[in-house]
Amino acid sequence: MIVYFFIMLAVLAIGSALAMVINKNVVNSALFLVLNMVSLAGIFLILNAQFLAVIQILVYAGAIMVLFLFVIMLLNVEDEEKLFDKFRVKYLLTFLLAMVVMGQIFYSLAGVTDMLPQISGQMATIGTVEAVGDVLYTDYLLPFEMTAVLLTAAVVGALMIAQHKIKRTDEI
Amino acid sequence: MVGIDWFLGLSAIMFTIGIIGVLIRRNAIVIFMCVELMLNAVNLSLVSFASHHGNIDGQVLVFFALAVAAAEAVVGLAIIIAIFRNNLTVDVGKINLLRW
Repeated sequence: MIVYFFIMLAVLAIGSALAMVINKNVVNSALFLVLNMVSLAGIFLILNAQFLAVIQILVYAGAIMVLFLFVIMLLNVEDEEKLFDKFRVKYLLTFLLAMVVMGQIFYSLAGVTDMLPQISGQMATIGTVEAVGDVLYTDYLLPFEMTAVLLTAAVVGALMIAQHKIKRTDEI
Repeated sequence: MVGIDWFLGLSAIMFTIGIIGVLIRRNAIVIFMCVELMLNAVNLSLVSFASHHGNIDGQVLVFFALAVAAAEAVVGLAIIIAIFRNNLTVDVGKINLLRW
């Protein structure tokens, strides 16, 4: 049963990721990325990471992608009409480079996954809010507070960058 | 029960799709979304290792990665807005300020 769920969600994730890369329209790309993140949240549920699945939907699919869509509609960018209309050497080189990277990852994974200890199976409730919060507020308290500082710095920096009036280069 | 190999393979495939997107797209926003896709792929591998080891630390690391990704998205989109205000385009082929 879980295997079928995994296959369904994995096909959905890969298909939406490919559609995001191929699609010419930027808004459609963003919506396909939302679909990819929702299917990834389902995969997190299969992996007993319930808290992270909820956080994935709330933060990624909710907050970050809404921010992306705001910026896309604010900037009113045009479609890339020249994507894939003719064959280019660049695409072939890109594909070859990507295959090299994927082969490298698979090669390193094939050497590692046999040596991993087999302890899974008894941890049905590993990723609940209680378990994550228990570790987060004791062992990882200092990084957690640093995250608050980081988010504050990011908000201040984003306001500084986006508000600043820069002279157009063609007016100089 | 699905083995950990399948999750790691899915993570590798998603990471590769992100690389392809970063290399062939010319719109800065789409490139940025492909970087987010690669971050998500690495998050998936971290969660699968954490679940396989029965250890919560990997999930805490993914939590911090999510927070950093949120901060990065905010700053990156602000930079894209500043570039658009300067050049009236987000096409990375036409932005040549740092090119020689």
